[in-house]
Amino acid sequence: METLAILQAADLVKTFAGRRVLDGVSFTIRPGVITGLIGPDGAGKTTLMRLAAGLLVADSGSIHALGRDSTLDSLSVQALMGYMPQRFGLYEDLSVQENLQLYADLQGVPEPERAGRYQELMHMTGLAAFTGRLAGRLSGGMKQKLGLACTLVRAPELLLLDEPTVGVDPVSRRELWVIINRLVQEQGMSVLISTAYLDEAERCQEVILMHEGKILMQGAPDRLSAPMTGRTWAVTVLDKKLRDVQAELTGHVVDALVQGDHVRLVTAKNSTVEALRALPGLESAQIKAVAPRFEDGFIDMLRAKSSLRRTRLTDMPALNVAADSLPVIQVEQLKRSFGSFRAVDGISFQVKRGEIFGLLGANGAGKSTTFRMLCGLLPASSGSLRVAGLDLRVAASTARSRIGYMSQKFSLYGSLSVTQNLEFFASAYGLSGQARKRRLIWALDEFELEKQADQLSSDMSLGYKQRLAMACALMHQPEILFLDEPTSGVDPLARREFWQRISALARSGVTVLITTHFMEEAEYCDRLAIMAAGRILAMDEPAAIKARAQTLENPEPSMEDAFICLVQQATQMKDST
Amino acid sequence: MNNIRGGARMRLTALVRKEFLQIRRDPSSIAIAFLMPFFLLVLFGFGVSLDADHLPVALVAESPSLDTADFLASLEGSHYFAAHYARTMHEAEQDLRSGKINAIVHLRANFAAGLRQNDGTPIQLIVNGVDANTARLTQGYVQGVWANWLARRAQSRGQELQMPVQLVQRVWYNSEVKSRNFLVPGLVAIIMTLIGTLLTALVMAREWERGTMEALLVTPVTMTEILLGKIIAYFTLGTGGMLLSVGLAVWLFDVPLRGSFWLLLACSSLFLLAALGMGLTISTLARNQFVAGQVAIIGTFLPAFLLSGFIFDIDSMPSVVQFITHFIVARYFVSIVQTLFMAGNVWSVVLPNVLALALLAALFMGITWKKSRKRLE
Amino acid sequence: MLIRLLALIRKEFLALLKDPKSRMVLIVPPLIQLLVFGYAATFDLKQIPYALYNEDNSAISRELVAAFDGAPAFHRVRTLQAESEITPLLDSRKILLVVHIGQHFSADLLSGRSAPLQVIIDGRNSNTAMIALNYVSDIVQTYNTKWSAAHGLSAPPARLESRAWFNPNLESSWFFIPGIVGMLTLVTTMLVTALTVAREREQGTFDQLLVTPFQPAEILLGKALPGFIIGILQGTLILLIATLWFHVPLLGSLPALYTGLALFLLSSVGAGLLISSLAVTQQQGLLGAFLFMVPAVILSGFSTPIANMPQLVQTITLIDPLRYFLVILRKVFLEGAGFDVLLNQLWPMALIGLVTLSLANWLFRNRMY
Repeated sequence: METLAILQAADLVKTFAGRRVLDGVSFTIRPGVITGLIGPDGAGKTTLMRLAAGLLVADSGSIHALGRDSTLDSLSVQALMGYMPQRFGLYEDLSVQENLQLYADLQGVPEPERAGRYQELMHMTGLAAFTGRLAGRLSGGMKQKLGLACTLVRAPELLLLDEPTVGVDPVSRRELWVIINRLVQEQGMSVLISTAYLDEAERCQEVILMHEGKILMQGAPDRLSAPMTGRTWAVTVLDKKLRDVQAELTGHVVDALVQGDHVRLVTAKNSTVEALRALPGLESAQIKAVAPRFEDGFIDMLRAKSSLRRTRLTDMPALNVAADSLPVIQVEQLKRSFGSFRAVDGISFQVKRGEIFGLLGANGAGKSTTFRMLCGLLPASSGSLRVAGLDLRVAASTARSRIGYMSQKFSLYGSLSVTQNLEFFASAYGLSGQARKRRLIWALDEFELEKQADQLSSDMSLGYKQRLAMACALMHQPEILFLDEPTSGVDPLARREFWQRISALARSGVTVLITTHFMEEAEYCDRLAIMAAGRILAMDEPAAIKARAQTLENPEPSMEDAFICLVQQATQMKDST
Repeated sequence: MNNIRGGARMRLTALVRKEFLQIRRDPSSIAIAFLMPFFLLVLFGFGVSLDADHLPVALVAESPSLDTADFLASLEGSHYFAAHYARTMHEAEQDLRSGKINAIVHLRANFAAGLRQNDGTPIQLIVNGVDANTARLTQGYVQGVWANWLARRAQSRGQELQMPVQLVQRVWYNSEVKSRNFLVPGLVAIIMTLIGTLLTALVMAREWERGTMEALLVTPVTMTEILLGKIIAYFTLGTGGMLLSVGLAVWLFDVPLRGSFWLLLACSSLFLLAALGMGLTISTLARNQFVAGQVAIIGTFLPAFLLSGFIFDIDSMPSVVQFITHFIVARYFVSIVQTLFMAGNVWSVVLPNVLALALLAALFMGITWKKSRKRLE
Repeated sequence: MLIRLLALIRKEFLALLKDPKSRMVLIVPPLIQLLVFGYAATFDLKQIPYALYNEDNSAISRELVAAFDGAPAFHRVRTLQAESEITPLLDSRKILLVVHIGQHFSADLLSGRSAPLQVIIDGRNSNTAMIALNYVSDIVQTYNTKWSAAHGLSAPPARLESRAWFNPNLESSWFFIPGIVGMLTLVTTMLVTALTVAREREQGTFDQLLVTPFQPAEILLGKALPGFIIGILQGTLILLIATLWFHVPLLGSLPALYTGLALFLLSSVGAGLLISSLAVTQQQGLLGAFLFMVPAVILSGFSTPIANMPQLVQTITLIDPLRYFLVILRKVFLEGAGFDVLLNQLWPMALIGLVTLSLANWLFRNRMY
């Protein structure tokens, strides 16, 4: 049966400042299903979305939504579709109800239908209790759901969602998917969603894989995972850190990933257990075959396009880890209030030298506030904190050269080129002359920024910005590294490279404190603290934390399951008291 | 068809309501609209004046006599001067140099004798010419004192003063020649130019920067409606500020309002539209708050202050500069308010200026409308 | 330490000047504005439009009329036939004044009586009106002297001899152009400083800066120096134009002038950075810039003398750095002043600079947002 196309593109080309962002893209999307638009940064996902919504004009080619030309007939296309931009398009100084009403008015929702529609949407998104709250005061997850509610206020036939789950915690992500599935099943809506989370791709009926402005593949997600059968393995080695196992394997296999209590391997060709034993460090390993996932196929496909090098990070200071066991970071009963709001409510933890310590939590859990206090950007209301034995807020300014800091916004000077940014931060830490030159060459090489050396940092894609931000934070070879959501919105390939570097740094004795939304990244940490509402709910090694969520129905919970379980327990406890 | 028009009205109402909610939540707009005119007008209304009073003057009489005392007493009696005696010319010159005094009135040793000679005696007046305007005023005031003194002296001797041509001056519209009467209405125009522009200079840029424009653009709303929503909201706010300023001018500073209040209100509205239009144009073209802010700093205050005819006479400027003043919104409004306040409903002044304001408003709105298409590029 | 600082200054310069749009904004408008304002800012009237209403029409009255027509300051646009024409002309601002010579003008003069010459003037701009009346009075004086001499009338027993020091022809543009130098310098420093910290806060780079070993004082210095250097360069350019193009005499000591410029920049950069570090958003920074800049200009004595202000407002002007700089500019340009005379203007600016900069320095780290 020939199904009608709800969105159809033919040979789309779009250039920005001489760069082909879309390079002859053609596809057809079926109605009534969820289609995922997947690809690394700079693949052209957002541009494609905007073209479909009639917000941009293509250089050549055409795009038709709901049978109408998006470019020529943009008003009537927009009247039939819903589009949620990356930052949700909310007015932060308007309340939830006011935002909803604004979009209802703009979309021309008839008055009699409204009360029912509002109620339905508020119920669906779980925002019913917060209608009076300003949108700016909502957590990231709630904002995202409100953005969705505003987009849905007049039920559209086609829903476009541009990276709706970036920077949103796992609980909220799960809830969003429940809502989207219901929309498709109950109302027959068609959804096009772009995402950097590959596990989300598997929830789509169909995916479009994009890379550098071209479509690599379109079809059901298992079209990507099925060919990987026989190439995916789980490996454990006794007496060895999984991270180290992974590091040794990188470069020898397509992909190596720490996952729970094992390292997950993807080999280039069909392989056998015996053949795998020949790989470095696997002589005595336990190896078993596992089912392939979408992500394996994705990585395999992209690896063929752009090679991932094994990171070197050779000249890191070889700190003697065993020599001192004193904690590098020491936090005790740390509190911070803003007015009557307690952002951080008495937390304590310690981080040892060479340890990767993760802070996990939903938006607004207090992670960033904790970070800002540790870095000396914000005074604590009470409690004590020591970083390398000092309180950075009052310590001499040179003490700050022992830390590196990378914030979630990748705070770079947009009007400066890559080299200029690197030089600036190197000089900021007092490097000069030959030393600075050496570090500059190292950074350009290590982070593969040579080609972009003279590009303005504001013109780079998110993945490159993240690399540059990290390079800047490492120019002075700090012994402690603070990373605040360093992988938010960054695609899986870039994330893998990033974690390789972090592991290498930790091996050389650098202490790393990191916050993240990606639950699978939590697996890389030596220890984790899960935060909610300014408190630490649990602090332990990843495996131990997951063990807490073990139930009969779910004997092998993922980190995400564990996280959700802990947060829900905490909410229930709060509700019952 | 009716349905669509109904939809447009609903969308517009929604946009206006949205702007008002945002204004209410962000006190800085309200501060711009009400606090700023109040603060600036009170400060300047009291502070700015071109009427020199109590000008510090040194009097030097080389050989004091009844005659010198008579002349100098009439200087001391004038409220225009704060006169004091200096012992020597040297001392007085020092004071003039250091800026302690504005002028020296110097009577030579032979003053009394010279008075009785046929060709008269000189009275030397030395002014500090750096501030040419004050210097000229000083000269004028001294001249007045001198003429009065001559007349009184002649009268006391039963003579009539021989002045072949006697200047009789009549100052219309502002018979007391109070500079506040023209400065305050002018200030209203300058301040409202700033406020009108500032209110809107960042609003479009902000929608682009915060990503809300993208969400608006995919709704059935048209660009005209978005712009209208902003104009209506900020127009209302600006009108509030305008009424406050006019009220202050009339009741606090006693500037006579001789023309019709309603005509003033109508002209103000048109002027506000032009000023808001200028802000929207800046905002739309810049699309970036930093650049929009910079352009607003450079492009609004000094041109309005210097080129509007607020204090500097436009007719005396070179023709190239006069041409440039035609693009200054404040220029037309300064002319209108000065006339409406002091002269009354003079249609021959109001109409051409109103026409020019309407043209400028249309020009700015046109540029804004043209440059804000429903696209992201 | 020095390396760090140099890097910081370099970065600030790059951030300001790298983008061609910002470069344009910084360089072109001040130059254009100096030229335009230099011509616009003058109280000297040229081509005052006037109407003549001559009811006398004798050779004697025509002589007086010729005196007006011969004066470059006056431009006759109308010759009236009836009194009723006066009101509409004045109302519509087509003319500034009417010179009215009565029927008996020549008869009065010839018979030795004082002949009245009526001048009706538009007082809507009272300042312009006063200046124009001054001009009229000059013409009448000259005419009187000539008439008295020609008809053997006795001169008045005392005559006024006026001299103006420093500016013999009382050209008001000599007064205003140095003032414009000060105003434009102020605007540029505001442009460079008032939004910078707020922008870095909005973009998150300010945090990044605070976690480096930079001391707040170094960051402050890094932010202040570009404004300072650009101010000095631009000030120099504007000074050159003022002397070479507008021919304003520059009599005083250049070192004194530059000391004044440097201290003025110190104080206005301080004010700009204080505004900037107080502001959380660029909108607030912009508002702050205006709330400082507008009063600073209007109350500086640029156009209306400070001495004319009420005491309270005069006290307020003491914290206005432009006030001091304008005095320095005018004194150095026209009066040839040196350090000795200017000391009283220099130290207040240094004090303002010190206070604002230290406050900004404290706010860098302690402003919560």
